[in-house]
Amino acid sequence: MRKIKELIIEKSLFSSALITIAITVGIVSVLAVETIRFFSEVSIIDFFTDTQWTPLFTEKHFGILPLLSGTLITSFIAIAVALPIGLSISIYLSEYAPKSFRKTVKPLLELLAAVPTVVYGFFALIVVTPFLQQIYPNLSGFNSLSAGIVMGIMIIPYVSSLSEDALHAVPKSLREASFGMGATKLQTAFKVMVPAASSGIIVSIILAISRAIGETMIVAIAAGQQPRLTLDPTVPIETITAYIVQVSLGDVQHGSLEYRTIFAAGITLFVFTFLLNTLSYRIRKKYQEKYE
Amino acid sequence: MNNVQKNRLKDQLFKYWGIFCTLIGLVLLFVFIGDILIDGISRIDWKFLTDLPSRKAEKSGIYTALMGSIWILLLTTLISFPIGVAAGIYLEEYANKNRFSSILEINISNLAGVPSIIYGLLGLEVFVRIMNLGASVLAGSLTLSLLILPIIIVATREAIKAVPSSIKDASYALGASKWQTIWNQVLPASGGGILTGVILALSRAVGETAPLIVVGALAYVPFAPQTPMDEFSVLPIQIFNWISRPQHGFIENAAAAIIILLLITFVMNGIAVYFRNKWQKKWS
Repeated sequence: MRKIKELIIEKSLFSSALITIAITVGIVSVLAVETIRFFSEVSIIDFFTDTQWTPLFTEKHFGILPLLSGTLITSFIAIAVALPIGLSISIYLSEYAPKSFRKTVKPLLELLAAVPTVVYGFFALIVVTPFLQQIYPNLSGFNSLSAGIVMGIMIIPYVSSLSEDALHAVPKSLREASFGMGATKLQTAFKVMVPAASSGIIVSIILAISRAIGETMIVAIAAGQQPRLTLDPTVPIETITAYIVQVSLGDVQHGSLEYRTIFAAGITLFVFTFLLNTLSYRIRKKYQEKYE
Repeated sequence: MNNVQKNRLKDQLFKYWGIFCTLIGLVLLFVFIGDILIDGISRIDWKFLTDLPSRKAEKSGIYTALMGSIWILLLTTLISFPIGVAAGIYLEEYANKNRFSSILEINISNLAGVPSIIYGLLGLEVFVRIMNLGASVLAGSLTLSLLILPIIIVATREAIKAVPSSIKDASYALGASKWQTIWNQVLPASGGGILTGVILALSRAVGETAPLIVVGALAYVPFAPQTPMDEFSVLPIQIFNWISRPQHGFIENAAAAIIILLLITFVMNGIAVYFRNKWQKKWS
């Protein structure tokens, strides 16, 4: 009796774990099926080479490049903000700051990542854009610059927390040896600690990039809804995620070509983040083996 | 200035740069919150919480969106909590170290990195279309449950891992079965940690906007949901809708609604931190 009960419990726990596999299978098949249907109507060559994305207009073009460039430029700006600040924070907290300061500041910084993204969108549109317009009057009301900067602020804790953990995991003896040679804290940080923790730091940067590429509400609110192939951060653009939101808010018929575009856009996004996540997982596994 | 002095100066400069970087993020956060408070606090009163949405900014309230968020929160908890904890227990206590469990592990780590809007596409196709649930509270909750499942699983595993093996050994020595040991010893001992993870995951679900927009949650619903099959809106979508309107009155409304949303998020985070601290003390 007891054995049967134990077995039933184990099996039901196991099936809960299996749900996670089902989610992945679900995501991949949903995206794949709709995308295959999409490509039965739209040429795959046009999708990757056409420089216009206008599925909602009468003259339809299905080139993903404008959405891709929008996604990449906002992510690039975000990383350009988050990487130097986040890395400096992690080095300061692990090498310079008193322990008590570190203990108070870390959870406060993580609060930055807990704020809902729609709130950051509000900041970008209502606070940051008007502020930047005072410095640079030609800036459009919607632009990738303020969306990118605010997104960068949001992902600071992703870089700083994980990098700090990586620096923390470096054996103390390395640091002490460097001090023993007469190196300053700065020299020790950049010539010993950062190289030793490099794999962990790279993982944190990859995760931050992946987070930036998939971020939706900030760009949907503050970056505009005009897909265009440009690297100019001052004009309105549209990202992959913002396009999906735009279509979802409208009244698009299930099974129409417009409906399928969001899955084709979605699979592009999924492939990018999947590659980044897999890469970071590989590096993390390798790095765990090194120190354990 | 000799080399040693130069290096010391650089060291000092970096220290101040580090302090500056650490504070800049926090200062910006406080500036933003301060700005929102100035814009929105005067708008918040009992009427704002209990009024239905309206075309006129000064008459609009967040009642339907707030109720929608509460519905979503309750249903998402009911769905994701048991499944996530069960999967976490399986992976930590039952799974053998074989190829299959390492696939499970890689898969969960990958799912945690999938953008939330992709979960929206999954929910749209599977729950809204195939299972024919429509743009209902239930479809939205199922979608968000899948989204936060990886977070709950990882938190459960971490919490269980932290339970000293002596506790388990003692239980087995007394003749307890595996499940009796887990139910009577491991879970009570790791409860605080699990709870922390679940609350953090739920606080993320409350703030999610994109997947629910994709699933078809509405920006304007005249009534609060009565059953899980009703259409709904949530606070973040209401905020998004108000931000996209040009009239200044709606910006004020958005700021006021953001205050309520931040309050909910921060309170949930606070509770989570409280449980974590209480639980960490127990083992150290």
